[in-house]
Amino acid sequence: MLRAVWLIVRKDLTVEVRSRELAYTTLFFALSCVLVFAFSLVQEGRAAEGVGAGVLWMTIMFAGNLALGRTFERERQSETLRALMLVPAPRPAVYLGKLAGIVLLLALTEAILVPLVALLFQAELLAHPFWLVGIVVTGTLGFAAVGTLFAAMLVRARSRDVLLPVLLYPITVPVIIAGVRGTMAIAQPDFEVEVVRFWFLLLVAFDVVFITLALWTFEPVMTD
Amino acid sequence: MTSVDFDEVSVEDVSRHFGRRRAVSRMTFRATRGMILGLLGPNGAGKSTLLAMLATVLRPSSGTIRYGTFNPSAGPGLRSRIGVLGHDLFLYPELTARENLAFFAGLYGIANSDARARAALERAGLDTRRDDSVASFSRGMRQRVALERALIHDPRLALLDEPFTGLDDASTGALLGRLKALRESGAIVILATHDLDLAEGLLDQALFLRDGRIVETMSAPGALRTTYRSIIGR
Repeated sequence: MLRAVWLIVRKDLTVEVRSRELAYTTLFFALSCVLVFAFSLVQEGRAAEGVGAGVLWMTIMFAGNLALGRTFERERQSETLRALMLVPAPRPAVYLGKLAGIVLLLALTEAILVPLVALLFQAELLAHPFWLVGIVVTGTLGFAAVGTLFAAMLVRARSRDVLLPVLLYPITVPVIIAGVRGTMAIAQPDFEVEVVRFWFLLLVAFDVVFITLALWTFEPVMTD
Repeated sequence: MTSVDFDEVSVEDVSRHFGRRRAVSRMTFRATRGMILGLLGPNGAGKSTLLAMLATVLRPSSGTIRYGTFNPSAGPGLRSRIGVLGHDLFLYPELTARENLAFFAGLYGIANSDARARAALERAGLDTRRDDSVASFSRGMRQRVALERALIHDPRLALLDEPFTGLDDASTGALLGRLKALRESGAIVILATHDLDLAEGLLDQALFLRDGRIVETMSAPGALRTTYRSIIGR
């Protein structure tokens, strides 16, 4: 199973390195989003408290949706997703491989996004890097876990581009809220580790539930 | 992964509906080792749907498909014995021919996947282009790579949907030779084709399909075109 996951991740990364399509579109979209928010929400060099965290997670959510749609569009074009369903690897391995690819892509985007948001919104996001990485990684994983399942399910639907955000956003709202609150707590001048730990553990719980459900349902939903 | 092997594939009263549309209706037939079975019929006759059910990616609405003593829920073990060449080629255009084949060989659990990919490309006459991306290949070349992808794990059951599409004369001849070699090796080959001239002399059994039904079965078929016209044109 792990070998299949690794092969799929490596294949996705090779395809991405050759085309750079997803990285460029996701990154440029995310940067544009942050700049637009910065111009509208930062007044006299300062933004209202918590705005930076909100903008960060809103951007991750939009950029993630874009990346999810495109990564499965690739698999649809030559029906390669069907080929992946035909191989003898356990089907959850296909899910985990695609999930890992999406998380890596979003992590790359976030590595550029977080310092930019911290700079433009004067948010103390980098004051506690360990906790920030924990919150961002678990939040991204929860969002991508649901998104990967839905994007795979919708790959043959005609209105998949519309349906994906319609299904994805309501279900991942708890993850985004926990991400925003956790990030806000990190940026507070009077940093309280208990508060951050609470949001972090909540995100871990979401991840466990979402990934378990996705692994359980992936095979039946992918077999017509 | 449980090892699965079988000597025959049996389809018993199988139907498949998509909403109210009936794609396959009450089909029954059997294919055994060392046999090439042809599915012949016009567009929309149900050939691709039947192949998808045999490949285990589509469930029948009713009826049963059995692979020897196994049923489609045998999972990864069964899938490791099935090779599928689809109407779409199941190849990543951004990857090279070698990378595509090595990727799928790896997923089929083949130990030295790169060496297997190179050998397959040599067989397909594409060894000099092995490090070119598939996007730069002609349709016929892609078809040859796709065929090698479908057969890279030496499947017991080979399901081929329009395998002659886009092939030139030399490649067609090579494919006919390959299919005969598969038959000799004890594989079960089920192919859907419109090319009756090529199917002539190749098939051990032909099923003529129309509107999702088997309308005629011929063993050791000859004069396929005449038979096809008389049966399908009824």
